Amino acid sequence: MRYCVHVFLLSLLSLTACASSSSGQNSSNSSVAYIENKGSDTIVNLALAWAERYQAEHVDVRISVTGGGSGTGIASLINGTVDLANASRQIKEEEIAAAQSNGVEPVEHIIARDAIAVIVNPENPVSQLTLNQISDIYSGKINNWSELGGDDRPIVRLSRETNSGTHVYFLETVLRMGNSKDKTLFSTDTLLLPSSEGIIAEVRQNPNAIGYDGLGYVPDDLKMIAIAEKEGGVYVLPSIPTVNDRTYPIARDLYMYTDGEPAGIVQDYLDWILGSEAQEIVAELGFVPASFTPSD
Amino acid sequence: MEKSLNWHEFVITRLIKASGYSAILFVALIFFFLVREGVPALFEIKLSSLFSIRWYPIEEYYGILPLITGSLIVTIGATLVAVPLGLGTAIYISEIAPRWIREILKPLVELLGGLPSVVLGFLGILVLSPYLRVLLDLPTGLTAFTGSLLLGAIAVPTIVSVAEDALDAVPRAYREGAWALGATRWQTIWRVTLPAARSGVLTAVMLGVGRAIGETMTVMMVTGNAPVLATSPGNLFLPVRTMTATIAAEMGEVASGSTHYHVLFFIGMVLFLISLGVNIATSSVVFRTKKRAERILS
Repeated sequence: MRYCVHVFLLSLLSLTACASSSSGQNSSNSSVAYIENKGSDTIVNLALAWAERYQAEHVDVRISVTGGGSGTGIASLINGTVDLANASRQIKEEEIAAAQSNGVEPVEHIIARDAIAVIVNPENPVSQLTLNQISDIYSGKINNWSELGGDDRPIVRLSRETNSGTHVYFLETVLRMGNSKDKTLFSTDTLLLPSSEGIIAEVRQNPNAIGYDGLGYVPDDLKMIAIAEKEGGVYVLPSIPTVNDRTYPIARDLYMYTDGEPAGIVQDYLDWILGSEAQEIVAELGFVPASFTPSD
Repeated sequence: MEKSLNWHEFVITRLIKASGYSAILFVALIFFFLVREGVPALFEIKLSSLFSIRWYPIEEYYGILPLITGSLIVTIGATLVAVPLGLGTAIYISEIAPRWIREILKPLVELLGGLPSVVLGFLGILVLSPYLRVLLDLPTGLTAFTGSLLLGAIAVPTIVSVAEDALDAVPRAYREGAWALGATRWQTIWRVTLPAARSGVLTAVMLGVGRAIGETMTVMMVTGNAPVLATSPGNLFLPVRTMTATIAAEMGEVASGSTHYHVLFFIGMVLFLISLGVNIATSSVVFRTKKRAERILS
């Protein structure tokens, strides 16, 4: 289904851009208000679920949700074609600069938390790895599962495309282990798949594969790897409690960006999103509610 | 009366002429656009890094060689699949099959041509690639070979319908002449009908290859998109990243006017030039054969 979102977006990018330019603010002369919401593929299912529930309760509001990636959402915010940009990463310096030169002032809202689960085929006997080992797998230093105590099988590395926020997050947090001077890159033979579905389909049928994906997207029939920050540390499986108590090492905040402080209908929607009803949906979809996040 | 007829004639001729020239105009405009957006890449990065072997645009590695070899290996694979299969089907439909089989087969092949490539991509991910991985004992089924098979399937209908038309256009007298000389059915096909239809058959192959090299969705879904430099035929059984898939996957997110954006258009230019090369090579062969045929007939 997320393929459809992607294809739809590629082909209709320009159309949506035109169609949505009049959305949001000019609700005064009609009884229906529109909110245009676009961005991260990680968040798209969550945003859809929110939009559906919110529209059921507020018949005078129409929310249109599209995916396409964090960069797409932020680019649309910069171009002024969306009211809410979804992003699974923080906005970059150059994006803020581009926005300001366009007269747009991005304001950040943390709306949920997300953990990246490292997944393998259930046939694979390997069940725990350190961050360092995962980094070595993806950078090409470890090429066979037997080096990690598994079967004698080649390792097939799966990743999201480079334009995915999940890809960048995984590169920074796992491959480079948070060290911004580290220039480690993905091994060139890493398969770059255009969707989460692609990764899940391949891991499901291929015992050689290792992949990563948002915790909310991992189906029950795949095996998640327990991860320790260092050798000798505690191996932690990703789950809502372990993300909340910050013991699981690959977790991040998810954002929505608005142009300036939100006002009117968009503000109502954002307030509702941070309320208990919307945050329950967050948990139902396998993400971690933002309201439990200790502010720091 | 005569005057208004002339006037109609004048308008219609001009309209037809304009639509003929518009094709040239559109190609020229597209090429101009590609050049305008792509050529800046040559000034923004050194040629040596543009033609290097690492493609990782978010960290400013813009080596397009892996993408070129990726596209070539998938296209060659697809040609090897599609040409024999396509020509075989065309010959069977046109020369061998009884009338009622032909009437079933032709629409079926055309139906195959109308299949959206994204559907073939899904089949590739869910059925073909797992099957090939087990059958050929590969690390993964998402390989250039999987892409080649599916692209072959996409190119076959094009080849069949164009080649079948060309074979159909060969005068019946040629075949009857061959039979009268005692040639078998196969000798007639191989020595008489096929050579007589050569220019149409070559056009069919060229259109098929063009369809394969430009195809995007299917290859993006099944070839794994790993930007590995293909150096040997063995790479056919490993993941590759094609030029089309790269453009499709990355264009949606790239900041317009950035180096990455210009490099993607540069890749588009390379793709355009490759297609142009294939076209020129084929049409030169087609024209040459036509001249020879005319010589013989005169």
